[in-house]
Amino acid sequence: MSTEPGALEAALRSRRSQGGKALVPYLTGGLGDWQAGLAAAADAGADAIEVGIPFSDPVIDGPVIQEANDRALADGITPLAVLDGLGRLDVGVPLAVMTYYNIAFRFGLERFASVLAERGVAAAILPDLPLEETGPWAEAADAAGVETVLLAAPTASDERLGWICARTRGFVYGVGLLGVTGVREELASSAVVMAGRLKQVTDVPVLVGVGVGTPEQAEEVCRVADGAVVGTAMVRRMMDEGPAAVGELVGRFRRALD
Amino acid sequence: MTMAEPVGGRFGDFGGRYVPEPLVPACEELEAAFRSAWADDGFRGELNQLLADYAGRPSPLTECHRLSEELGLRLLLKREDLNHTGSHKINNVLGQALLAVRMGKTRLVAETGAGQHGVATATAAALLGLECVVYMGEVDMERQALNVFRMQLLGAEVRSAVSGSRTLKDAINEAMRDWVATVESSHYCLGSVMGPHPYPWMVRELHRVIGDEAREQCRQLLGSDPDVVTACVGGGSNAIGIFSGFVDGDAALVGVEPAGGAAIGRGVPGVVHGSKSFLMQDEHGQVLEAESISAGLDYPGIGPEHSHLAAIGRARYESVTDDEVVAAFELLSRTEGIIPALEPAHALAWVSRARGELAGQSVLLNLSGRGDKDVHQMMGRLAPDGGSSGGGSSNGDDGRSG
Repeated sequence: MSTEPGALEAALRSRRSQGGKALVPYLTGGLGDWQAGLAAAADAGADAIEVGIPFSDPVIDGPVIQEANDRALADGITPLAVLDGLGRLDVGVPLAVMTYYNIAFRFGLERFASVLAERGVAAAILPDLPLEETGPWAEAADAAGVETVLLAAPTASDERLGWICARTRGFVYGVGLLGVTGVREELASSAVVMAGRLKQVTDVPVLVGVGVGTPEQAEEVCRVADGAVVGTAMVRRMMDEGPAAVGELVGRFRRALD
Repeated sequence: MTMAEPVGGRFGDFGGRYVPEPLVPACEELEAAFRSAWADDGFRGELNQLLADYAGRPSPLTECHRLSEELGLRLLLKREDLNHTGSHKINNVLGQALLAVRMGKTRLVAETGAGQHGVATATAAALLGLECVVYMGEVDMERQALNVFRMQLLGAEVRSAVSGSRTLKDAINEAMRDWVATVESSHYCLGSVMGPHPYPWMVRELHRVIGDEAREQCRQLLGSDPDVVTACVGGGSNAIGIFSGFVDGDAALVGVEPAGGAAIGRGVPGVVHGSKSFLMQDEHGQVLEAESISAGLDYPGIGPEHSHLAAIGRARYESVTDDEVVAAFELLSRTEGIIPALEPAHALAWVSRARGELAGQSVLLNLSGRGDKDVHQMMGRLAPDGGSSGGGSSNGDDGRSG
């Protein structure tokens, strides 16, 4: 395993070292013209993009991303089709896939890691694979040069946050509130607290997601965090209005953060 | 071998704690709290008192004379159907509700399939003054409307799960989503030997009373363990409960799954709802929707300890069709005057089919619940002319195969 940071972490560190804040939008793979959505997001200033591989039982996701999952699955999307789609795409920013562990497990961990690497995907986020269970996957991912992003949550002790930050690659994904993905009216106070606690224990880029749904909320959390992950708001836009509108929304987040 | 504590949260290759990070500390807290409570005579005494005075334990062992003669074997029923709330579910729920109080939680969240676990949870919440929210698939709410009303009478709020197959699997997803958001005040009162560690172990320990009682009752009646111990398996809590009394001995252990939800019969290892176990899934890892006549067994997975028992060959798992289940439901009603729930009718369906293999043997069957909740559904299927006036929401399905 290389000690050099991977492509995702390098991009986020570069943004930070220039005094900027990182923006990572999320889109569901297989949802409508999703590849055009990724290109639009990259053009509008995303630092990296998270791409969901749909799973039948997404327990950390709220109704909007569940619906996106269901639509994509109903259209016949498969994990390999998402990865092949990413392999054909060059949007100029690092890509991370977000999916549930059973998808990788069924694929075969080593095969999943090597296919990610072959398709040019920098990182993977598996939200139902907490630190204690991550061993077999992280070993396969490290060997293939794929960054494994771990989640950190408000319920963790400072000691646990330290362990998570030591094992995460790419960035540490601070969960902004206790709850499923989705847009809330206001940024939860726990989001800023989460960012602050993580910044105290790590030099790895700290991005906060879950409950960051508007440019104003992203700007607020990024007073402390190094960046924000924005999922539900992007997916909603994609479902309602399509790729161009996603680009427009990413642009608004970008301007709020700059 | 004994049914020991799982090592590192695992039974052999199965189990684990595959949950979103926000829930990891809650699982750790629960494990520590249960470990301490289970070693505390005060807690055990309080639970045993409730099991006796409130739930009606010990449950009797009934020898089925007429049916035994008809089947050519010696059939014994462990009568969990006679517990308060009508099934074995109360054993687990009283333990978890007491534990929730001990942990300072004020709210119980639960999932339910047929409604038996939901009713039991609502009952325990009422008894101990806890708030209670039960998630139930929209399809199951139609099939088991009586249990929905029962939970409401008991003061619980029943929320419908409208995603996916709208059955037990989806109710679990919704309960887990609720728990992620409310973990500081809520205890997730999971209804089977599944989910993340410590649930499969804790729920087994809370149902071990079934097997412990049955072993003593069998030894008094038979002078030994029975030849065969059988139970239905969805997640597998009643089966683990009765198996735990006999796993050390020589009795054959047989779990019976519905053909439409046969995790071991048709599944391969996978990870969903917090643990690694056999799982019905497609080639891409998408979880398949189970389909059976019994809402309580409509689950594509199975508890991890069952996967382990199957893998090491200590238990075997058979599956039966809906038609076989209906025949068994009628058979027990007519020959013994006991209307079983559709879930344990699966185990009887296997005994009936395997009667040749079982000839002359003593067979202990865990009668995990009573059939009151299923009478309306069976009326639609067995007496469609006389009984469809009340609402036959499931008559479409019933007509096809019945």
